Amino acid sequence: MPSTLLAIALRAVRAAVTLLLCVTVVFVALRAAGDPSEQLLPAETPPDVRAEYRAAWGLDRPIPIQYATWLARIGEGDFGRSFADGGPAFDAVVEALPRTLLLGGTALSLALVVGLTIGVAAALRHGTALDRGLMGVAVLGYSMPVFFLGILFILFFVLHLRILPSSGATTPWHLILPSVTLALPLAGRIARFARTATLEVMGRPFVRAARAKGLGRIAVVVRHALPNAAIPLLMFLGIEIGLTLSGAVVTETIFAWPGLGRLLVDSVALRDLPVVQAVILTVTAIIVAANLAVDVLHALVDPKVDLARTLGSGR
Amino acid sequence: MSLAASSTTARTATLPPTVIVCIGWLAAMVIVALAADLLAPTHYTTQDLAARFRPPAFLAGGDARHLLGTDHLGRDMVSRLVYAVRTSILIAFLGTLIGAVFGTLVGLAAGRMRGLVDMAAMMATDMQTALPSLFIAITFLAFFGNHILLFVVLVSLEGWERYARLARGLAVSEQASDYIRAVEQLGARSSRIVFRHLLPNILASLVVQATLNFPGTILLETSLSFLGLGVQPPGTSLGLMLGEGRRYLLNAWWIAVLPGVVIFLTTLAMSLFGDWLRDRLDPTVDPAR
Repeated sequence: MPSTLLAIALRAVRAAVTLLLCVTVVFVALRAAGDPSEQLLPAETPPDVRAEYRAAWGLDRPIPIQYATWLARIGEGDFGRSFADGGPAFDAVVEALPRTLLLGGTALSLALVVGLTIGVAAALRHGTALDRGLMGVAVLGYSMPVFFLGILFILFFVLHLRILPSSGATTPWHLILPSVTLALPLAGRIARFARTATLEVMGRPFVRAARAKGLGRIAVVVRHALPNAAIPLLMFLGIEIGLTLSGAVVTETIFAWPGLGRLLVDSVALRDLPVVQAVILTVTAIIVAANLAVDVLHALVDPKVDLARTLGSGR
Repeated sequence: MSLAASSTTARTATLPPTVIVCIGWLAAMVIVALAADLLAPTHYTTQDLAARFRPPAFLAGGDARHLLGTDHLGRDMVSRLVYAVRTSILIAFLGTLIGAVFGTLVGLAAGRMRGLVDMAAMMATDMQTALPSLFIAITFLAFFGNHILLFVVLVSLEGWERYARLARGLAVSEQASDYIRAVEQLGARSSRIVFRHLLPNILASLVVQATLNFPGTILLETSLSFLGLGVQPPGTSLGLMLGEGRRYLLNAWWIAVLPGVVIFLTTLAMSLFGDWLRDRLDPTVDPAR
């Protein structure tokens, strides 16, 4: 057990270092990209106004000082002020984050239900026409670009049938198209993963023993195979978080869903550095935290996780 | 009949029909990309404002001179698609190549040298996982300005960390094998061991990884161009066409749907081909990926 705790602690340190390095690299790179006041103020701005502007936003100081100040203030919950509207960057993120979590959470739940059903069904009928058919559907799903799927949905459900709204986030109906768009490719990948994982577990001796003692196929899957496939599935979902958030950027843009992805696209267009940095920090924190949670669960459940693996392997 | 010839025949005979169709589509895309100037009826920027929003020839109101219709500026859709395929395939191909070479070199260096180099490399792959390439690309393209070289480099970030992890893992396990130790005993330099012995032994796995990674690279390029941050007008790419066509969905769906179909079929063909290649060539890649 102490070695498990140590493994978890090391993972946590590694996650924190990863997060810090990511935001540092982005901060330094974006400041090195040029003086934001050059891009934000009109070219004919008098030099003294420009100097005043730079002083007001702290842009006249060396990058390491700007970085240290930025980092110290984050500790107090201050992410800087938006260049665009002067409001706290933190507020913009806090407003957008729940909508992205709602969209992502709905899509993830939907993808899990659809993907697991398809994947397990295909594995149980391994080698049959049903298996090939379901896996065909899965590959169609994950080859589909989210922006194209979104456009097809808009054409069919919004413009042709006129039964669903296409933009905004005012009613629950607005959640349907974006979350299905985001869910389908993910469901395809989950189905494929679940099939492989189920096939792998079904071949193990304890499953054969459960079958031999007279348990039905479905009962074996639910009581024995799925719990054993849960950890690999969680680790797989940890990797998928990044893809899902990337998909959310595109989905939110298509459906005018006012979440983090759209905030990022809007604020890069305005060169709104503080908001961009706050979004990047939030996204990175979500991904790092999700993967850390998966690792911790894994370490607690699986006694084979030890120090050597924590230090030795990339993932 | 010689032995080699008969085994080749056996291989061709076992190609499943789906895979033949996939290879056919991918070959067609490469031919279109290479011969765009010969295939396009007009230049992709040629406008005909009198013939805007013409539907494809197979629909009512279609015109045989524009087989797939025209867009909002009266530009011929066939010509636009042909050049868009050229741009998108070229960028995705370059991006895949750069990412594969870079990732592999990082992984081999990490696996061979271990120690600090290894730690730094693994830290970098962790960072890539924590901050997906789409986010990096959106941010950097906006603040550094849209330059085609920067765009290709950012697209090549897609999946480089997977080659690095793969190459590192394979290098570490291969190095424990007798043949590598024997070569070391003979006094071979590190570079010789890496490029003459390690690399050839893991090449099959890397090629499979590149095939499976290619759809992701295409999707990154098209997503960025769709968002207006990638290829800029008057240039064209499949994602940019889709993004432009989005505004005319109500009256002229084909402007957005046709490039979408091309992207979809290309990623689909590459995924199916990659799956088949992996089952065929390489037992080491995790089937879950």
